[in-house]
Amino acid sequence: MTVTERQQLSYIAAQAADARVNLEIETEGMTLNIGPQHPATHGTLRIVAKLDGEQVVAAEPVMGYMHRGYEKLAEVRTYPQVTTLINRIDWLGSFANEVPFILAAERLMEVEAPPRAQWIRTILFELSRIANITLFLGDMAVQVGAITPVFFAFRDREHVLNQIEAATGGRFHPNFDRIGGLKDDLPAGWIAETRQAMRKIRNFCDEIEELVEGNEIFQARTRGIGVIPPDVGLSYGLTGANIRASGVDWDVRRDSPCGLVHNQVDWKVWTHPDGDSFARFWVRMQETREATKIVDQLLDGIPSGPIMAKVPVIIKVPAGEAYVETENPLGVMGYYVVSKGDLFPFRVKIRSASFSNVSITPWLLRGVYVPDIITILGSLYFILGDIDR
Amino acid sequence: MSRLSSTDAVEAGAEAAEADAPAVDVEAEALLARLGDALGDDLVESHTDQGAVWVRVERDAWADLAGFLRDEEGFGFFNFLSAIDWMPSPFGRDMDSSVDNALDPPEPKEPDPTETGVAGGDTRFQLLARVNDVTSGRSIIAKADLPADDLRAPSWVEVYPGADWHEREAWEMFGIDFDGHPGLRHIYLPGEFEGHPLRKDYPLLARRVKPWPGLVDVELMPTTDDGGDATEGAEP
Amino acid sequence: MISVLSELSYWQVTSIRVGAGLVAVLLVAGTLVYAHLFKMVSFMQSRLGPMEAGPYGSLQLLAEIGKFLQKEDIVPRRADRFVFKAAPFVVLTSTFLLLVVLPGGPDAWFISNDLGIYLAMAVSSVSVIGILMAGWGSASKYSLLGGLRATGQLIAYELPLLLAVVGVVIQAETMNLQEIVLAQANGEIFGWGAIGNPFIITQFAGFIIFMIAMQAELTQTPFDMPVAESELVTGYMTEYSGLRFLLFFIGEFATAGVFSAIAAVLFLGGWYVPGLDPADNLLNLLGPLVLFGKVVLLTFLVFWVRFTFPRFREDQLQRLAWKFLVPLALANIVVTGVLKVVV
Repeated sequence: MTVTERQQLSYIAAQAADARVNLEIETEGMTLNIGPQHPATHGTLRIVAKLDGEQVVAAEPVMGYMHRGYEKLAEVRTYPQVTTLINRIDWLGSFANEVPFILAAERLMEVEAPPRAQWIRTILFELSRIANITLFLGDMAVQVGAITPVFFAFRDREHVLNQIEAATGGRFHPNFDRIGGLKDDLPAGWIAETRQAMRKIRNFCDEIEELVEGNEIFQARTRGIGVIPPDVGLSYGLTGANIRASGVDWDVRRDSPCGLVHNQVDWKVWTHPDGDSFARFWVRMQETREATKIVDQLLDGIPSGPIMAKVPVIIKVPAGEAYVETENPLGVMGYYVVSKGDLFPFRVKIRSASFSNVSITPWLLRGVYVPDIITILGSLYFILGDIDR
Repeated sequence: MSRLSSTDAVEAGAEAAEADAPAVDVEAEALLARLGDALGDDLVESHTDQGAVWVRVERDAWADLAGFLRDEEGFGFFNFLSAIDWMPSPFGRDMDSSVDNALDPPEPKEPDPTETGVAGGDTRFQLLARVNDVTSGRSIIAKADLPADDLRAPSWVEVYPGADWHEREAWEMFGIDFDGHPGLRHIYLPGEFEGHPLRKDYPLLARRVKPWPGLVDVELMPTTDDGGDATEGAEP
Repeated sequence: MISVLSELSYWQVTSIRVGAGLVAVLLVAGTLVYAHLFKMVSFMQSRLGPMEAGPYGSLQLLAEIGKFLQKEDIVPRRADRFVFKAAPFVVLTSTFLLLVVLPGGPDAWFISNDLGIYLAMAVSSVSVIGILMAGWGSASKYSLLGGLRATGQLIAYELPLLLAVVGVVIQAETMNLQEIVLAQANGEIFGWGAIGNPFIITQFAGFIIFMIAMQAELTQTPFDMPVAESELVTGYMTEYSGLRFLLFFIGEFATAGVFSAIAAVLFLGGWYVPGLDPADNLLNLLGPLVLFGKVVLLTFLVFWVRFTFPRFREDQLQRLAWKFLVPLALANIVVTGVLKVVV
């Protein structure tokens, strides 16, 4: 993991040399519109890149093509209705979106979900992380040109989605979390099936490790590309694997757990010192494995008991303000909920991970080559719904 | 490098947390004291609750606060920046569905007086931001009042470059100007958009166009013209 | 040499040759698309591929062609219309011209030219012009970037491709592809001549270089930066639709087939079947099939690599060509030349 320094330096030197040449031969720039309809943008992100030859002089992301105004819409919906909306923020890991909002509402109401609900919540939370990041592991390979791994990703993600569907009834948008607990208990036989799915996901990780991570071309394309120093990353608000790949040992699941039971099991927060695209891929790979371990351990010890705490039928949340954040698949997601003791939240500020993660791109894309735009964006891993909300 | 959280550590941590419950506040109080020294009278109000710290500062000290938090206190992580419109919605629940109103008829009443939340507030608009210190796990939520006739505040972009997009969003959604921001442009909405959607007096057009079905889903099925089956099940 | 063709008149021979050429291009391209692109890759990616049209989806290709033919032929408003429309034909012409020098049997050849391989290398460069025309004529930035990348890449990899061939030419002492096959058929490995002497054994380095350079000439992954679909949409083909896109598509796969055929002739003994007399008339029928089998084998390698690897960045693939392949090919020539003189 230390090879990169030399490569990094040579890449920087090459960029500097190019810059000198470009100064000497004044060439006319070209503006390239990548998106909003483009195969590499996971939806409708648009990047306006000013190019000098193949080199990016300035890049400006333009979003809003999918802005749905959830913060405004949440103000006219009752608390249980809001979960339907926020499911659609990060649509690949939907269940994880519900959790911090429900936790914030629970904190304001001063209720706590019973232990069984907390454990099942954590299991589903981690399953949605696996479902989300599995796709990233395949998709990252597509971004650098290998199209086969993504089929493996779709194939093996299905095992996890099946489990989520079996438990919640929804493959993509479970809408399963309730204030004070969960909608239903687990179906019979679910635990054994989930264990099997976890085994398949670990096999998938091994497969990807051989097929993608160990590939020299993949490493040549990602190592030393898009290096984010830790302090810069933090000041831009990067979270999740993006910041852990820069060597910042910070995981909300471990460091400030609230309402989820990650601290009941044995797992590890992975970091990588390099901060480049490869490191981000690597960290996510390890996190997927770690998540399967968390799920396995949690499955062993689900406590018995009710899955709903005593909450009134019509939920009125007492006045107050609460901010709860959790470590979602894409990074830290938080909800700042302001209540005035009504059926509706007075104001919901949604702190979504991708919005902050992508905000670093104008800084990061300066001076890279066009092919590296795609690798860097791919490795930052954003979901458009998570940017635009 | 990475800390292993074993169950032992958790138990120890849980005990420590119980014992430390006031100790956390001591730390928070110390932080608030240092903030008070640094900002003087500009620190208007503060509040702590379950380890979370709220501070409210004068608008002019908004940028100083960020600089102090990052440089002196090590809050290197910029979490988010937004705003709150504390005015009660003039629309209330007038666009709720007739079904809900039949169940629980709203009494015509005066709009609630403007109430502000944690750490107080004097004006309609309030800035809201959160920064973290990832090494020690501390975090702080900052607020600042903005007078309604002069919605401007110093920008945080110099201190936290990540505030760029967040300030653009606050400008677009609430109409707050940020002095020193490199380019306040629309971020989500089209360039010619008028109005500030997250202000409470901005009507939610979707509700005007089509009434909300309410707690009970009574949307007509495409096949039924005048209710019939679709509304039958919805009768309370 | 007894030739069945010599009894026919000129126009009959010409018709047969044109027909054979069309068959050789279209049939090969069709087979490769079906066997490799539809089926082999599907199995690699744990899916079935087309299953509905015909048994095991074997008629899918006809359906695809029908679809392409029905589509509107869109020309961007600001495109250079003539250049834009001509480009796919230029690319396809290059493929057909390559075919001319290929021998399929003792008498089954189009032309027996003493400059055979030299001609093949020369006309293979014509496709660069077509690609540049497509890139420039489309009036699209993606196409332009793709066209320029393709040009840079194809020129860079012409050189190792050519240098890899030189070793074979030195060893066979001829540039005529027919005679290269015969040299392999009549060759001996240390006095043992049962399988002839396919040059893949003596020119293994040349074979590897040829295959790598060929992969790049075909702009297949890992050298598909010109068409990189995740960044340039499809590079120089972005603006094409309908029939013209189909022509590019046929060109891509037919060229893969023809280049593989050249590789098979140069390194795998071409149409020769061990144990038969190279002049046996039976080989005029068997030879093309043998050659076709070898083509399928080699294109299997090409597509296997294509669907497994990620792609190089533009500067990385240039570095590979100039800093690795060219020196290696030159060393190969020197060694071959010295051994040829000494042994």
